[in-house]
Amino acid sequence: MIHSLFLINASGDIFLEKHWKSVVSRSVCDYFFEAQERATEPENVPPVIPTPHHYLISVLRHRIYFVAVIQSEVPPLFVIEFLHRVVDTFQDYFGVCTEAAIKDNVVVVYELLEEMLDNGFPLATESNILKELIKPPTILRTMVNTITGSTNVGEQLPTGQLSVVPWRRTGVKYTNNEAYFDVVEEIDAIIDKSGSTITAEIQGVIDACVKLTGMPDLTLSFMNPRLLDDVSFHPCVRFKRWEAERILSFIPPDGNFRLLSYHVSSQNLVAIPVYVKHNITFREGSSQGRFDLTLGPKQTMGKAVESVLVSSQLPRGVLNANLNPSQGAYTFDPVTKLLTWDVGKINPQKLPNLKGTMNLQAGASKPDENPTINIQFKIQQMAISGLKVNRLDMYGEKYKPFKGIKYMTKAGKFQVRT
Amino acid sequence: MSASSAFNEEKMGSSSVGEAEYAYDPVSGKIFSSDYNRHDDLKEMLDSNKDSLKLEAMKRIVAMIARGKNASDLFPAVVKNVACKNIEVKKLVYVYLVRYAEEQQDLALLSISTFQRGLKDPNQLIRASALRVLSSIRVTIIVPIMMLAIKEAASDMSPYVRKTAAHAIPKLYSLDPEQKDQLIEVIEKLLADKTTLVAGSVVMAFEEVCPERIDLIHKNYRKLCNLLIDVEEWGQVVIINMLTRYARTQFLNPNLNESLLEDGGSGDKTFYGSDEDEDDDEKENKEKAEAAALAKRKPYVMDPDHRLLLRNTKPLLQSRNAAVVMAVAQLYFHLAPKAEVGVIAKALVRLLRSHSEVQFVVLQNVATMTIRRRGMFEPYLKSFYIRSTDPTLIKILKLEVLTNLANETNISTILREFQTYIKSMDKDFVAATIQAIGRCATNIGEVRDTCLNGLVQLLSNRDELVVAESVVVIKKLLQMQPEKHSDIIKHMAKLTDNIQVPMARASILWLIGEYCEHVPKIAPDVLRKMAKSFTYEEDIVKLQILNLAAKLYLTNSKQTKLLTQYVLNLAKYDQNYDIRDRARFIRQLIVPTEKSGALSKYAKKLFLALKPAPVLESPFKDRDHFQLGSLSHLLNAKAGGYQELPDWPEAAPDPSVRNVEVPEWTKCSSREKRKEKKVEKPFYSDSEGESGPTESADSETNSASASDSASDSEQSRSSSESEESDEGSESEEEKENKNKKKVVKKAVKESESEQSSEEENRKLEKKIKQQEKDSETVSDDEESDSESSQSTSEDSESEAEVKKKAPVSRTPPKPVKKEKKEMSLLDLDDFEPATSPQVTPISTLLSNSLVTDLEGLSLSDSVLAPSTITPSGTLKSYELLHRITGEGLSVEYCFGRQPFSPDANMVAVQLQFTNNSTSETKNLHMKDVKLQSGMRVKEFPEIELLPAGDTASAVMGIDFCDSTQAANLQLCTSTRKFFVSIQPPVGELMRPVFLTENEFKREQGQLMGMNELTEKLILDAKYRNEHAIVQRVTTAAHLSRVPCGSDNECRFAGRTVTSGSLVLVTVATGEEGVAQLTVNCEKMVIGTMLVKDILLALTQ
Repeated sequence: MIHSLFLINASGDIFLEKHWKSVVSRSVCDYFFEAQERATEPENVPPVIPTPHHYLISVLRHRIYFVAVIQSEVPPLFVIEFLHRVVDTFQDYFGVCTEAAIKDNVVVVYELLEEMLDNGFPLATESNILKELIKPPTILRTMVNTITGSTNVGEQLPTGQLSVVPWRRTGVKYTNNEAYFDVVEEIDAIIDKSGSTITAEIQGVIDACVKLTGMPDLTLSFMNPRLLDDVSFHPCVRFKRWEAERILSFIPPDGNFRLLSYHVSSQNLVAIPVYVKHNITFREGSSQGRFDLTLGPKQTMGKAVESVLVSSQLPRGVLNANLNPSQGAYTFDPVTKLLTWDVGKINPQKLPNLKGTMNLQAGASKPDENPTINIQFKIQQMAISGLKVNRLDMYGEKYKPFKGIKYMTKAGKFQVRT
Repeated sequence: MSASSAFNEEKMGSSSVGEAEYAYDPVSGKIFSSDYNRHDDLKEMLDSNKDSLKLEAMKRIVAMIARGKNASDLFPAVVKNVACKNIEVKKLVYVYLVRYAEEQQDLALLSISTFQRGLKDPNQLIRASALRVLSSIRVTIIVPIMMLAIKEAASDMSPYVRKTAAHAIPKLYSLDPEQKDQLIEVIEKLLADKTTLVAGSVVMAFEEVCPERIDLIHKNYRKLCNLLIDVEEWGQVVIINMLTRYARTQFLNPNLNESLLEDGGSGDKTFYGSDEDEDDDEKENKEKAEAAALAKRKPYVMDPDHRLLLRNTKPLLQSRNAAVVMAVAQLYFHLAPKAEVGVIAKALVRLLRSHSEVQFVVLQNVATMTIRRRGMFEPYLKSFYIRSTDPTLIKILKLEVLTNLANETNISTILREFQTYIKSMDKDFVAATIQAIGRCATNIGEVRDTCLNGLVQLLSNRDELVVAESVVVIKKLLQMQPEKHSDIIKHMAKLTDNIQVPMARASILWLIGEYCEHVPKIAPDVLRKMAKSFTYEEDIVKLQILNLAAKLYLTNSKQTKLLTQYVLNLAKYDQNYDIRDRARFIRQLIVPTEKSGALSKYAKKLFLALKPAPVLESPFKDRDHFQLGSLSHLLNAKAGGYQELPDWPEAAPDPSVRNVEVPEWTKCSSREKRKEKKVEKPFYSDSEGESGPTESADSETNSASASDSASDSEQSRSSSESEESDEGSESEEEKENKNKKKVVKKAVKESESEQSSEEENRKLEKKIKQQEKDSETVSDDEESDSESSQSTSEDSESEAEVKKKAPVSRTPPKPVKKEKKEMSLLDLDDFEPATSPQVTPISTLLSNSLVTDLEGLSLSDSVLAPSTITPSGTLKSYELLHRITGEGLSVEYCFGRQPFSPDANMVAVQLQFTNNSTSETKNLHMKDVKLQSGMRVKEFPEIELLPAGDTASAVMGIDFCDSTQAANLQLCTSTRKFFVSIQPPVGELMRPVFLTENEFKREQGQLMGMNELTEKLILDAKYRNEHAIVQRVTTAAHLSRVPCGSDNECRFAGRTVTSGSLVLVTVATGEEGVAQLTVNCEKMVIGTMLVKDILLALTQ
């Protein structure tokens, strides 16, 4: 299946290679570089590139290309999904997945890759198992290792792989038993010029951080499970139970994991928590344009809209912008023509506003494209879909765990066309 | 070059000093001072005793490998640490080994024994990891070892080890495809496994090794369906893809009725072909047949197994793994009844939220699906709306989907969307949008005019690319109804002044030429302008100018005759031969000359024929003949290893093949013809499969025990393993064995001491013990020395010594030792008359003297007596050089079985030269060429003269390094050179060694597991007696008999010549000539070959 893996940084250096079968020369990456050159933007490199003898399947994350080399038919998603899993694992281990982090931990990276694939076929991708095999490097452990000469490799071989719940490591012990669940919803929306919603969807996830001793068996029930239109589960969730009772029943992995992701479809009316008033115009003949943007809250159930960030790709003809924000700060990059405005919190009494002029190239005609406005925001303590967790019960263990549930709404791909 | 790479190395090294993990390294300071001798420091560190230094060195080596630096010269230093106690060092050594073993095959072999030991470890995880590394070492020589290891692991108690075995199968297959048949057997066995852990891996192996053996799946089909939900996610993908293919061969098309109705009987000719043949009377029966077929198909009932598959895969649409979701989606798309396919749309749309690479693949597949099943995705139309932040690749694919989804009802919204897209800054995307509009216009008649108007408006766009793309699209649209749109054509004619994009210019010219009657005034003017700029135009434009000229000449020759001539003349001298050709061709056609033939009459017809309007098609049309979700589908080209998705069968094959009978271990089902020799497994109920993880645990243990009892051959072994389970305690059997051994040993010691007390010689007893020890140790130099000196030494001194020694030491071990020697000598005796009398007189003499010596010995132990029997058959001689190729000189060789005196590690080869020619041969000698690594040769003394018709013989020694690879040599005479090769049978690579029964048992106990090979055979009635067996075994292999207490067992022992590894052979005879042959040998390759040879010798 997967023959080799090359890690390529933004400047086109191959800084790590790993082969699971016979060695594939790194010159195979030349085809990738060719494709990269042809693509104007880094994200436009096609994920699958055929070469005379191999196929290159790549993903781009954190400005690093993970290029897998394969030789014969294999579902491309299989490889892509695996590569993303690799990145997730690195992130899990090193906190960040950057070139520097990978280079610093090259041995751990190699050990991880060795465990994750056998002959190009995934072997252990579950983070709980991997952490038993190879302990993540921490400052404390590095110190201890230096002094005692012990290693990052687990002394005892993992039993998790053999158990019936392969995602949970055995012998978990905590003094404080706690289980936290974050319900995070993202709104994807396209708002048209006039302010009407073209499409809006809610994508939600429930991320869990479970630190419970032993083998707890949890059930989580919702007040309004019917809201969930389409769900995908962590493998630990018992599907039958969900089908029959709409209850999430599972033995959780240890630590952080994504329990559930769901989708609230566009059929349900989606409340859009912010509105945008905009007036972006270019006059024919003059080398100036007007820019006026006002944000306001809408249908937020009294919750504050925070961490608002507005960004917009202005037309190429714009030389610079001379704007005046009523709050926050704005930047305009004259090279990429990207305007960003860090608004912060929206005060309903005094709506944030960004107003001013844009200077165009002298003599250039009026740009006929209109910039789109991308908005990011956060609303704490609210799930915009109205989803509510009813209760969380634990079976199988005697102690009383501490339970916590947090709700949050964020903007996903929230675009306003002008 | 090397200097620069050294520099790089240095740079890399010094950069790593700064890194935290190396900073504390005490040695690093020293390392970088010696840059000229690179890696010496690492070697030093690897050789040190401290694990921390070794670890440090390994870490740096792995870092080098990761950066793609060559670290292969460290191979010997690294491999030494393969048995290191420190786990991390060990793991890193494995990483290194797997990376470089292929390049350094010989050295890599050194590590094999470590893994072989690991394969016998009581801890299942160590067994598994040993197998994993062993199978990852890509060295062809160890293929038999890998094969054995895989076979063994496939019947291991632990499902984890079995999983690893499944993983190892494709590795071995890629290393040596000739093992396919054996591997299929293993796959068949593992397919029957009931644990979720194994299922995914073995199906992966199945797909890589024998995807065509669909018959292996029948029995496991239901089980796989039921286990599916509990298999790990990667395995699920592989299984689902495989089951899709399987279902396509086994079930009927659930959409048959619908497709018949839809197609209106157009594509189903193949169906009725046979029907029509039968009732041949009328033509109009087609309709009838159709109706009949419909009626026949009407009561379509889905096979319950088909339903099972659909039902059990559906929950997996909820998987978090995009690959699993895609796999289920393609399964539904290819297998489900039309009404049920809809469920996948929601899941696929969900994947569009994922990373852009996932989106890319999913959209490709959605694009294909929307062509066939548009309705499925219509509710999700808005999910495909494009955001300005999407990468261009994604935008274009979404556009494709939107275009496919467009119909009369939603076209207005889609077109409104498209209008906003045209304003995008991404010009590639705008161009794609324009094409999409064109396609919508051709597909949906109602909006054609609207689209055309919109596109014409775009012609005044400031961006040239947009205009060019619009021109191209408009051209295609105009072809559909040109007469209505002459004003558009006029408008476009004006554009030729401004547009520079060749494709657009070419399109305009073609349009004007094609519809020149609609614009009779403008067309010649355009040609005039073009003629002026002809030389500067692109080739594609030039061709269209020629076309335009030709068409105008035919319709309006009065105005354009000269222009056309001019253009044709320009084209005649063009650089591009295509244009020159076209010009010549057109000139011949349109300009009437006396030579021009009949064709020019039809020039008008040729040029001004009504051309059909182009059909604007999706590039994804017909892509669904590739299995969706596959790489081949994505590329729209067959990728290597792609398995075609078979067409539905016309009639369903027998569904009963999937029935699994109630367990009856020895039962042979009616499907023996399928070669399903595997034991039937209990039926796996439906409910069980859909159970949660806890329940599957039960099934796991169940199956483990089931497979346990199923493997009849290794019952005892596996049961003992089940006892050791995870704790790794010693198995009972082993304990028992040890106890037994102790007892036996005691007894022997007693008997020994008794005997010696009879002799009343304390000193001798000491000697015996010494000898015992000698024979135990692997490198018994003393013994072999004395052996060699005894046998072939020319001086009578040693002979005398032997004589002296023999009578004195009248102890049991000694005589037997002598016997052994005598045996070998007697061999020689027998063999001598057949070959050369010249070489052997001394040994004959010696043997004779020995025999006389031995006659004096009283063989108190009666058991030992039969071992004096020697093989009576003559030794086989092989041809080295045929007399025709040798130009009269023929050479034969045989293995004399006497020790080779100059070097004990060599095998003696007797050569017999015969000069059949009429002239004498001079200076016969040997030169060694092309020896395998490690092989050594001791040449025979040069034969100076071999007269015509005479024979001569000589002895040479070859160290084969315990391998049966041929030694390639050069045989030279004074005039000629001959290339010859000597290949030893495996039986000749060993020399006999004496062992007592206890020693034999002890050694055998240490060579269990992987090192033991057992084979059952049936002896011919004539050869069931011990004598015959001994004779045959000793003929096949150079071994000595080991005394044995039981009547129905014969034991033989020897050591390989080079490495001195023990070779133990046991032939146990039972009732009716049934016998079991056991070979224990550390060298598994030798063991395997020896089994074959002895088996052959015993059964023939």
